[in-house]
Amino acid sequence: MSEPAYKLKIRNLRKTYGPVIALAGANVDMREGEFLTLLGPSGSGKTTLLMAVAGLLQPDGGEVWIDGRLATYMPPNKRDIGMVFQNYALFPHLTVAENIAFPLRMRKVDEATIKKEVTRVLDVVRLPQVAERLPRQLSGGQQQRIALARCIVYKPSIILMDEPLGALDKKLRDQMQLEIKHLAVQLGITVLYVTHDQEEALVMSDRICLMNEGEIEQLGTPDELYFRPTSVFAADFLGESNLIKATVSAADGSAVTLKAPGGATVKAAPARFEVRNGQQITFMVRPENVHILGSGEKADNEVTVKLDDVVLVGQVTKAYSKLGGESKLSSTQLTRVGTRMPKAGEEVRFGWSVDSTVLVADKRPGAAA
Amino acid sequence: MTTVNQMRAIHGDKVYKARPNWHAGLPLIPVFVFLALLFFFPVIQLLTLSVQTKGELSGVHYMRLFESDVYIRSLLITLKVSFYTTLICVIAAYPLAYMLATASGQTRNSLILWVLMPFWTSFLVRTFAWLVLLGRNGPINKWLQGLGLLENPLEFFNMVGTMIGMVHALMPLAVMTMLSVMETIDANLPKAAATLGARGGQAFWRIYFPLSLPGLAAGGLLVFITALGFFITPTILGGGRIMMIAQLIIEQVEQLLNWGFAGAIALLLLLTALVIFYLYDRLLGMSTLSGSGSADRSAAGGGGGMIGRGGAYVGGIFINVIGWICDRFGELVEVVRPIRPDRPRKTMSRTIMWITGITMLVFLSAPSFFVIPVSFTEGGFLEWPPEGFGTRWYDLVFDSPTWRAAGIRSFSVGVISALLAMAISVPAAFVLTRHKLKGRTIYMSLLLSPLIIPRILIAVALFYSYAYVDKFLRIGLIGSSLGLVLGHAMLAVPYVVVTVMAVLKNYDYRLDQAAWSLGANKARTLWHITFPLIRAGLLAAFLFAFVTSFDELTIALFVSGGLATTLPKQMWDDALLKVSPGLAAASTLILIFVTSMIFLAEFLRRKASKS
Ligand SMILES: Nc1ncnc2c1ncn2[C@@H]1O[C@H](COP(=O)(O)OP(=O)(O)O)[C@@H](O)[C@H]1O
Ligand SMILES: [Mg+2]
Repeated sequence: MSEPAYKLKIRNLRKTYGPVIALAGANVDMREGEFLTLLGPSGSGKTTLLMAVAGLLQPDGGEVWIDGRLATYMPPNKRDIGMVFQNYALFPHLTVAENIAFPLRMRKVDEATIKKEVTRVLDVVRLPQVAERLPRQLSGGQQQRIALARCIVYKPSIILMDEPLGALDKKLRDQMQLEIKHLAVQLGITVLYVTHDQEEALVMSDRICLMNEGEIEQLGTPDELYFRPTSVFAADFLGESNLIKATVSAADGSAVTLKAPGGATVKAAPARFEVRNGQQITFMVRPENVHILGSGEKADNEVTVKLDDVVLVGQVTKAYSKLGGESKLSSTQLTRVGTRMPKAGEEVRFGWSVDSTVLVADKRPGAAA
Repeated sequence: MTTVNQMRAIHGDKVYKARPNWHAGLPLIPVFVFLALLFFFPVIQLLTLSVQTKGELSGVHYMRLFESDVYIRSLLITLKVSFYTTLICVIAAYPLAYMLATASGQTRNSLILWVLMPFWTSFLVRTFAWLVLLGRNGPINKWLQGLGLLENPLEFFNMVGTMIGMVHALMPLAVMTMLSVMETIDANLPKAAATLGARGGQAFWRIYFPLSLPGLAAGGLLVFITALGFFITPTILGGGRIMMIAQLIIEQVEQLLNWGFAGAIALLLLLTALVIFYLYDRLLGMSTLSGSGSADRSAAGGGGGMIGRGGAYVGGIFINVIGWICDRFGELVEVVRPIRPDRPRKTMSRTIMWITGITMLVFLSAPSFFVIPVSFTEGGFLEWPPEGFGTRWYDLVFDSPTWRAAGIRSFSVGVISALLAMAISVPAAFVLTRHKLKGRTIYMSLLLSPLIIPRILIAVALFYSYAYVDKFLRIGLIGSSLGLVLGHAMLAVPYVVVTVMAVLKNYDYRLDQAAWSLGANKARTLWHITFPLIRAGLLAAFLFAFVTSFDELTIALFVSGGLATTLPKQMWDDALLKVSPGLAAASTLILIFVTSMIFLAEFLRRKASKS
């Protein structure tokens, strides 16, 4: 059942710790050269999944295929994977060069090649001058790059990274995100990456696997996750969102018509799951897609609301209101010189398009993408 | 016992910085005056004495050391016994420490209690337990015979018995020292090695072992230095065949009253210890001893210099060879038991480690309990199995005025010396934790030095100084409780300082600042905020000091004379006279007493931490 096109195939992977279900049957496929990120809040099972792929923990059930070979219970040293730990796990008693040489030594590569390869990867990560230093003599960012170098030097099938940037400060993190991404593209390596930072996931990934309480909530491209979340959790976790409960009044192939709180009629893009007339459902619209309509302006969906609050947060201004007095609905506008922003207490018309109105399931939909 | 561990905690990182001002160091004065009078001055005096005869400078005593081969031979025996003790301790302690270091938090804490068990139970009690266990008619011989392995009982009371007793006594020290270093090793490192392609054996020998080496070396050093000064175990379990240096010193003082010569022998011991320290420092660097070097200062780093480089080179070869062997072995195992990717695998090495570790734990904790059944014998001898069941020997102990007096005296000396040690050490601990004093390291080393100088030397020096003071002032320090209290308090100072510093380090200083900001003055803050919060730590320090005194024999041996005896001294005298079940009864009583103290302390601590 192995298809060599997939670098990594995970089937029904399960792991429990006593009563805690750390991983409830995960299914993931990764193509060669893909950058896939496991994203989710702390405790959602990301590390567990990664460790199972690395062979550092034994799952209770399911299968892991690496490069078309079954590897579920293979010891880590036989898997041909590379792993970058959050604290880098550089060997403190070995120099940078010895650290990088370690995986080659374990593979019984001859000394001359080792020397050449170490120099090569140090150039790749742009740190040729630190070869003879000990890890603790390097800055956090440098250690990070050496940890990466130690992985790419033996060209493993997949490189796993568990929150590798968590220990760095914001600025360095932003820089390293791009650097890792470029390196991955440049060398064509397949990366399975873990983070709880949605921005990081959006910046780096080809695809994102959103996890929640041991289950895969949604798996798709950053665009899909952002613009077409399938569940309340996904909509809420990535970016800001207005989540409003409504009732389905009509559904056809091109749109779903909803009755929103306060009696307004809202048209939403077709759902990716089945909806019935009269069903209670939640729709999501991003604040930046909700515009304050000027007189004469039209939109697919329009509601009239009283503003509770208007706040200028630097480059954007946020206007808060409640739909039908209960469901929070906010709009985010770019702050520009000269545009008059309405004040709190004023009545305004909010408008947004059908496309930006996404129906989301309260619970995780049965199958992941 | 957790000294090194705690020292690491203290040297670690955070030290509350305050403006250094001269009066910040004032609380250090009492403890240093105390140590100067009871430790530095006596030791120096004894050493001066050793280069004098009849008040004149002379090397007579030292010449005598080399005139006959008695002393050199004894030194060699001492070195030999210490060396083998260290070797066995280190090898046996390593798997246990490794097991503890890699166990999960809850398991680890309860297992550590079992390691410390022998430490808490009286030293003499343990030695007597071995006396029972290893006797000609003891359980070990009986079992071996019962299993048909032996015809005639083995004679253990020689080198073998001595080694067993000493290893048992010193292994907790090795375990705790190693553990303190292993705890600093990042658990991700072996995992990283595995993902990089290393087999279990390779990952262990190339990564974990070099990183744990400072702990192994420090543990070995502490065991060796402590073993050099041993005399109780070789006397009781050596069957008169083992004559260690400390025993010669006692002989010179007790029987021949030759102070100068005793000082010379003691100096020989001290010099030996210093040479060992020196070599150790060259090879590995002293910082590993305090744990401040933490794990990343490995053997490969070395102490520099010829010896250090040589050591690193040999170490490198050793690691390569053993790594190679592990690989071959691993390949062999894979041939016999191929890897199945579709089935969970059991790791054999962990099972082996646990079996070894648990065996060591049983070895450490079980013997103490053996005195209990033996003490209820109705027979006249220490024997196994005990004859009948009765409290005959307990009645004897309770009815004897000597035992009763000894018990009362041990208890009161313990309490008073512990209080005294607390009174002078706690302020010093506060200052050393909270103020960035100049020369802090020197202060620390001085405060800890009573731990490093062989205790027998301290005892002899103290005895001589007491005699000297008594001659002029007629206080009667010798043979008095006062002399004992002072001596025991001095021994307890390092333990108290280290324990309290460890507690204070974890104490949030800002709580005090909050109290001050709320209008409490410093004294009230101390009383209402700081003390209640660190009460558990203070109690632990007090217990440490109390048990140190309660179990102390070396100083008691010299300083308490005549009827004024302590429990360990009384047991010692009795044992030299005749080993009777009365000793087992006394041992059992001490065991019960000390154990209940510990449980009480633990109970109070739990209660305090709950509220
Ligand atoms: N060794 C363990 N023992 C018990 N529970 C664990 C262990 N490791 C993880 N868990 C639990 O499994 C769940 C998933 O953990 P993890 O995979 O580490 O999450 P994440 O990496 O997303 O933060 C959590 O609820 C966590 O408490
Ligand atoms: Mg995690």
